[in-house]
Amino acid sequence: MSVSPAGLPARTADQSSRAFRYFEQVFGVCAAEVQKLYHDPFELFTRAIQPVIWLLLFGEAMARVRGLVTGSMSYINFISAGILTQSVLFVAIFYGIAAIWERDLGVLHRYLVSPAPRSALVIGKALSAGIRGLSQALVVYILAGLLAVPISLQPVHLALMVLFIIVGAALFATFSLIVACLVKTRERFMGIGQIVTMPLFFASNAIYPLAIMPAWLRVVARLNPLTYEVDAVRALMLRGGTSDFGVGSDFTVLAVVFAVLVGVAARLYGRMGN
Amino acid sequence: MDVSRSPDTVSPAADTSGSAVIEVRALTRRFGSFVAVDRVSFGVGRGEVFGLIGANGAGKSTVIRMLTTLLPVTSGGATVAGYDLVRNPGEVRRHIGYVPQLMSADGDLTATENLLLSARLYGIPFREIRSRIEQTLAAMDLAPFAHRLVKAFSGGMIRRLEIAQGLLHCPAILFLDEPTVGLDPAARHAVLGRLAKLRAETATTILLTSHYMEEIEELCDRVGVLREGKLVAVASPAELKARVGPAATLDDVFAALAGEEAKSPEIQAYRDVRLSRRAARSHG
Ligand SMILES: Nc1ncnc2c1ncn2[C@@H]1O[C@H](COP(=O)(O)OP(=O)(O)O)[C@@H](O)[C@H]1O
Ligand SMILES: [Mg+2]
Repeated sequence: MSVSPAGLPARTADQSSRAFRYFEQVFGVCAAEVQKLYHDPFELFTRAIQPVIWLLLFGEAMARVRGLVTGSMSYINFISAGILTQSVLFVAIFYGIAAIWERDLGVLHRYLVSPAPRSALVIGKALSAGIRGLSQALVVYILAGLLAVPISLQPVHLALMVLFIIVGAALFATFSLIVACLVKTRERFMGIGQIVTMPLFFASNAIYPLAIMPAWLRVVARLNPLTYEVDAVRALMLRGGTSDFGVGSDFTVLAVVFAVLVGVAARLYGRMGN
Repeated sequence: MDVSRSPDTVSPAADTSGSAVIEVRALTRRFGSFVAVDRVSFGVGRGEVFGLIGANGAGKSTVIRMLTTLLPVTSGGATVAGYDLVRNPGEVRRHIGYVPQLMSADGDLTATENLLLSARLYGIPFREIRSRIEQTLAAMDLAPFAHRLVKAFSGGMIRRLEIAQGLLHCPAILFLDEPTVGLDPAARHAVLGRLAKLRAETATTILLTSHYMEEIEELCDRVGVLREGKLVAVASPAELKARVGPAATLDDVFAALAGEEAKSPEIQAYRDVRLSRRAARSHG
């Protein structure tokens, strides 16, 4: 019944498959975020400063503390994987802020009023965090290379690394989105963000190995998805790097947690416009 | 603009011929104990332009947010574009366009990128995307600004882009919540001109809210007057004026029927003012 408005051709009978449409919706949301980065890459540069500081100041200083047992690895090698993961985490975790910002502006409603399934919206936003994560990873790779960390440039390792960065960033971006849906204001989110991010980081194997943790902390760390991200990144980033749990298990844990978080976020995101 | 009313451009998806395109039945929304929309019922026919007027806080936006599936209904229901609002919100979304009171265009994207996002969200066929975006931009007089960032747009240009976004997928119904709020007279005129043209040249059904009586009179076939969440009158602008008095204007109708601002809790009035000011600022 809808005669096309404004002289436009009406929707044709050509109905692409559901799966394809879903993919297109995810892609559309993600592409829009990447276009924003392209228009204003300033944020990418400022974000790159943090890993530089950690690696140059913290990493170099701690490398002189001989007490840290990091297996056969030198500390700077050990921590470069941790810092890579951390910078990906920090990019992702503030994704919730962007969601609150969009809600306050009203832009959120254009997404919610569209026929795109909420999960497609959430995944699209989450994957764009992965793209930002990749730019962070590149900075850490270059820097670590300059610090003579033995970077693995094997294509398989690099390809898997891209996969892990995207999944890891997407996971934490989705987590962040869930927090945003719950707290609803920027001020509260900033508070919660601080409270959550630091423990997430310190209760993981990012800057010291699981082996030196007290038993209780080791339990916490093993429940922390970041630990599995770091574990895989450490194995893939370094020449001769090893993984505690196996890269396959790491991926399984991250993928399952991501799927669960997407399910939760999709429900909450739809109500965020109320 | 070359506009066709021929049957081959008719979308089969939302066939509601013979009945109203929007059928609202005892629609109700409560926020806590406060009743923002109270058993509102009305129908809108195909191709009709229906206006909702009422003081701040009367419940206009709440009605629209429910009809666009953004806000769950407390009780009652509606059929929108042939689909049940409560049982089939997904299909409703597919067949409506919505221009909210606040911003819906992303300032950090260009006009074309904004429309591309909409095209992908609505699953517009690949081959048509480019031409539809071009045509829609041209129809809203935005073609020269296709590749400019929206944050550099004027308020009126943003509104026209948002209307373009709302129309890109050729919806059966376009919802507009205060489309001219915060615009200067020239920009208002441009937006109204586009809507009048849409009305004259297509069968798109339009439901809009406004504070400006002259634009309601200019555009609307029928008007519903909301007062403290209740629909107190539904009629054509001429009928409404006749009801109030021989020489009455729509402003008199507003004064007589719509009453004062709703006596909602203060904090909500504050929220309304804050939101509409912010909207005005970001658009203007
Ligand atoms: N999310 C909300 N929570 C609580 N009250 C709300 C909410 N949204 C709207 N209201 C209240 O409902 C009433 C109707 O609001 P609204 O539909 O925005 O009015 P209008 O658009 O006619 O100005 C107002 O009193 C408003 O404060
Ligand atoms: Mg309103």
